[in-house]
Amino acid sequence: MDDYTNTPEFNEKLIEEVLSAYPDKAAKRRKKHLDVATDKGTDESGNALSECDVKSNIKSIPGVMTVRGCAYAGSKGVVWGPVKDMVHISHGPVGCGQYSWSQRRNYYIGKTGVDSFVTMQFTSDFQEKDIVFGGDKKLEKIIDEINDLFPLANGITIQSECPIGLIGDDIEAVSRKKNKETGKTIVPVRCEGFRGVSQSLGHHIANDAIRDWVFDKRETGYEAGPYDVNVIGDYNIGGDAWSSRILLEEMGLNVVGNWSGDATLAEIERAPKAKLNLIHCYRSMNYICRHMEEKYGMPWEEYNFFGPSQIALSLRKIAAHFDDKIKEGAERVIAKYQPLVDAIVAKYRPRLEGKTVMLYVGGLRPRHVVNAYEDLGMIITGTGYEFGHGDDYQRTGHYVKGGTLIYDDVTGYELEKFIEKKRPDLVGSGIKEKYPVQKMGIPFRQMHSWDYSGPYHGYDGFAIFARDMDLAINNPVWEMFDAPWKKAA
Amino acid sequence: MPQSAEKVLDHRPLFRQPEYVEMLKNKKEKYEGGHPDAKVEQVADWTKTWEYREKNLAREALCVNPAKACQPLGAVFAAAGFERTMSFVHGSQGCVAYYRSHLSRHFKEPCSAVSSSMTEDAAVFGGLNNMVDGLANTKALYDPAMIAVSTTCMAEVIGDDLHSFIEQAKGKGSVPQDFDVPFAHTPAFVGSHVNGYDNMIKGIVEHFWKGKTATPGTKLNIIPGFDGYCVGNNRELKRILDLMGVEYTFISDAADNFDTPSDGEYRMYDGGTTLDEVKGGLDAKATLSLQNYCTPKTMEYIASFGQQTASFHYPMGVKATDELLMKISELTGKEIPEALRLERGRLIDAMADSQSWLHGQKYAIYGDPDFVYAMARFVMETGGEPTHCLATNGTKEWEAQMKVLLASSPFGKGCQVWAGKDLWHLRSLLATEPTDYIIGNSYGKYLERDLKIPLIRLTFPVFDRHHHHRFPTMGYQGALRVLVTLLDKIMDTMDIDTNEPGVSDYSFDLTR
Repeated sequence: MDDYTNTPEFNEKLIEEVLSAYPDKAAKRRKKHLDVATDKGTDESGNALSECDVKSNIKSIPGVMTVRGCAYAGSKGVVWGPVKDMVHISHGPVGCGQYSWSQRRNYYIGKTGVDSFVTMQFTSDFQEKDIVFGGDKKLEKIIDEINDLFPLANGITIQSECPIGLIGDDIEAVSRKKNKETGKTIVPVRCEGFRGVSQSLGHHIANDAIRDWVFDKRETGYEAGPYDVNVIGDYNIGGDAWSSRILLEEMGLNVVGNWSGDATLAEIERAPKAKLNLIHCYRSMNYICRHMEEKYGMPWEEYNFFGPSQIALSLRKIAAHFDDKIKEGAERVIAKYQPLVDAIVAKYRPRLEGKTVMLYVGGLRPRHVVNAYEDLGMIITGTGYEFGHGDDYQRTGHYVKGGTLIYDDVTGYELEKFIEKKRPDLVGSGIKEKYPVQKMGIPFRQMHSWDYSGPYHGYDGFAIFARDMDLAINNPVWEMFDAPWKKAA
Repeated sequence: MPQSAEKVLDHRPLFRQPEYVEMLKNKKEKYEGGHPDAKVEQVADWTKTWEYREKNLAREALCVNPAKACQPLGAVFAAAGFERTMSFVHGSQGCVAYYRSHLSRHFKEPCSAVSSSMTEDAAVFGGLNNMVDGLANTKALYDPAMIAVSTTCMAEVIGDDLHSFIEQAKGKGSVPQDFDVPFAHTPAFVGSHVNGYDNMIKGIVEHFWKGKTATPGTKLNIIPGFDGYCVGNNRELKRILDLMGVEYTFISDAADNFDTPSDGEYRMYDGGTTLDEVKGGLDAKATLSLQNYCTPKTMEYIASFGQQTASFHYPMGVKATDELLMKISELTGKEIPEALRLERGRLIDAMADSQSWLHGQKYAIYGDPDFVYAMARFVMETGGEPTHCLATNGTKEWEAQMKVLLASSPFGKGCQVWAGKDLWHLRSLLATEPTDYIIGNSYGKYLERDLKIPLIRLTFPVFDRHHHHRFPTMGYQGALRVLVTLLDKIMDTMDIDTNEPGVSDYSFDLTR
C-alpha cells in the first residue's frame, strides 16, 4: 500500500459545515453517519489499519434525498433477477419492474424469452381492483400463463412490491399450490419495498427464500469433487463473474455454481454440496453462506478480485483451503498474469499517479475497489456505503487510511458539498450522482454498472478498469468548461 | 491470454475470445442443467407461430415487457417543469431512486427528487411524521421555491391523506404557512405515468387557482404533456410562438432543467415555469394541451374557470402542426407569419425529394397514446403504412380515435390497433405479420434482435442512444428531424442488406 495520508482536520471541519445546514433534529441524526477514519496502527502483515466509526443500517431521514433503494431492489434487482432460467414476477404495480428492467447489466448467455428471461419485465401490473380484492387469484393465473407461454422456464419467483404485504395477500399459499400442481420451483419473496431501511433487507430476505424454497427440495444427483466451489455474490455485471471464473478454473478449481450472475436454478440447488463457498459481495449474500456453514458444514471464504494486489492475495487465500495442486495453480496463475499487470501499471500509472478519488457505492465496493485504485497510484479520500452495516465499516478499516472521510447513507446535499469542497480528481458512484458531479467539471465513473463497460473483476478486468479510469480523468472535455472570454475577464 | 495493455479488450470483444468461449461452453454443458439445444430451437420457433400468437393474445393476467411506467414518474417529470421545484414523493424511498435513475438515464442529466422514506412503522401508523420532518428537511437543504408532493403506491394503499398531512405539517411549523406545497395523489395501480402527469399538473394549477375568478386576457397557456423530447420540443414551440408574436405561458417546461450546461456549476434547478406565471395562467385567453391523454383532468379543471381549451395529440408532422398553428392563430388573432409558411414549404420539399423511399414502408408504432397517434399520422403523410399501433396505456377511447384516424387515409387501411397490449404481444404480432420498421423507444431493441426488424427510436425512454431528445420532433422543424431519422434508418438498412462484395455489389448504390 502506498504511503499517503488524508487531512483529518479538513474533513472534520467539512462535516461540521455540512451538518449546519440541517434542522437540529436531522443534524443530530446525520452526525452519527459521518466520520473521519482514525489510524489504528498496522495489521500483522504491516498494512495500515483504520477505524471507521459510523452508525449504519438505520432508517434514512425523510426529505433529505437519500441515494438508497428498497428491499425489492435488493431482492429482484440484485439477488434473484440475474438467475437466468427462472421467470421473476414483479408482483404489484408496473413501475418497479419497469425502472429496474435491464438496468443492472447482469450478463448471461441464453435465448431470451425462450430459455432465459433476465432482460425481460414480467409484472402483474396491479390495478385498483387487485388492491381492493387481493391479487392471489391473479397471481395463480399469471403462473399458469407463464408455464403456458414460457415452457422452458425452470422456475418462478414472486418479487413482492409494497402493496402485497399491505393488502394481506398469501403468496406463499399460491406458491405451494402451484408447486404441487406443476412440480416447478416457485419462490415467494417478501421483499416489499417498505421493509427495512434499504436494499439490504431485500438481500437478506432473498437469501432466506433460497434457504426456505430451494434448498433440499429436489434431488440434484450431484456429488462434489474435491475441487468444487461456488462463487457467491458475483452478479456478472459487465461479465465480472466470467473474468473471475477463468482464474479459478485456471488454478484448478471447478466453479459448480455462480450466484447469481449467469446462474441457473440448478447451480443454486446443488450449491450446498460443494466444498467451499467463495464470497465476493459479502453484504448481499453472507446470510446464505452462514446458513450453509451451519447446516451443511460448508466453509466460506471472502475474497476480492479488484486489482492485482487483492487478486493475488485472494488467490492464495482461496488456495490455502486446498492441496498443493491448487496452491501451485494459484502461483501459476499469478505468475502468468504478472507481465500483463506490469504492462498495465506501466502504461496507466504515470497517467493516474496521485489522483484523488471519492467513492459512494453499495455492497462491497466502497472498500473492495480501494486497492485497485492504489495499484494505479491513486488516492482514496472519501468513501461510504449506501446500505452497509457495522461489519462493512469494520472491514473498511483494513482498506482505507486514517483521515479518509467516511459517509454512510449520504444525502444528496452532503455528497454535493463534500465533492465541491474536496474537489477530487474522480468520483465513483451511481447514475443519480453522475451528472451533478460532471457538471462541476469533475470526472466520474458509475461504479454500479461500470458505466456500461467492464468487466472489472480479475486480471482481464483490471486492464479495463485502468483504461476506464484513465479515459475518464484524461479526457480533453474537462479543460473546456470555461469559455475563454470569461477566463480572460 | 486475450488481454493486453496495448489493446485493452472490454466485454464486447473479450468474451468472444477462444478462452472464454471454451469456458462458457464448459459451464453450460457441465453445470447449468439447461434444456437440449434442439428443444430450445423448437420452442424458439414455436414462439413465432400463429398458434403462439393466439395463446399470447389470450393472456388475461400476466404483463410482459409493458410500454408504460407508473403515475409518480409522470408527477416527478411534471414538477420538474416549474421554477425551483423539488418533487417530494410520499411513501417508500426506493421508488424515488427509480424515478431519478430512469429520468437521468434518458436525459443524461441530473434529476432531483426526495422521498418521505416511509418504512414498516409508517405502514402501521401512517406517514404523517415523515411528512412533517421531510418537508422541513427538504426546505432547509434544497431551498426550493415550491415542493410538489406526490405519492407512491405504499402511501396510497394505507390511505394517507396528503391535503390533511400538508396542513398538519404546516401547522407544526415544518414549512411556513404561505409556502407553496401543491400535491397530487398518484396511485401506481391506476393508469400510467401520463395520468401521474395529469394529476400533478392539475394539483399545481389547483393550488394556485382554487377559489379565484378568471379574467380572460390575451396570453395562451401551453401544457406540453409527458414528453421525453421536451428539451428540443419546448424550445422549438417557443420559437414558433415568438415568430407568431403570441404571448404564452408554458405550464410545466422541463427543457432547461433537463438540459443544464457544463460550465463548472451544478444547477439543481434551472428554468421552468415561474410560480407567478402559473398564477397568471388563470387569466389566460385559452389553454392548449399538446397531449390530450396527458391532461384530461387538468383540462376539465381549467375549463371550469370558463377558459377556452383545445387539446392535440402531440403536434408532430405536417397536418398536426398546421392544425396547431391555425388554432393558435384563431385563438389569438395573430396571423401565421410567412416565415413559418416557408418552413412548412421546406419540409414538404424534403418529403417530396424522399417520397419514393418512404412510400409503402410498413411500420409498427408503439408508445404513449398521443405519440402513437401523431406518429401514425405523420407516417401516413409520407406514404408509409402503419401496420400495428400499440399503446400499453391506451384506452378504448384511444383505440376508437386511432381507428378514425387510420380510416381517414388509404395508407391506414389494414392497420391494427392494440390498446392495452404489451411488447411481448407485439413480438407475436410482428413474428406473424411483420413490418419493415418498428418505431418506439429503447426497449424495442429486443424486438429488433428477435425479429430482425430495424428499430427507429423516437420516443421516451431512449437510454442507448444519446442526445436525440435535444432536437425537436414537433413543428415543421421537428417533422424534418423525424423525417431524416426515418430516412437514415431506411437507407442504412438498405446498405447493410447489400454490403456483401461478390454477392450484392449491385444495389449498393452511391446515390439514392
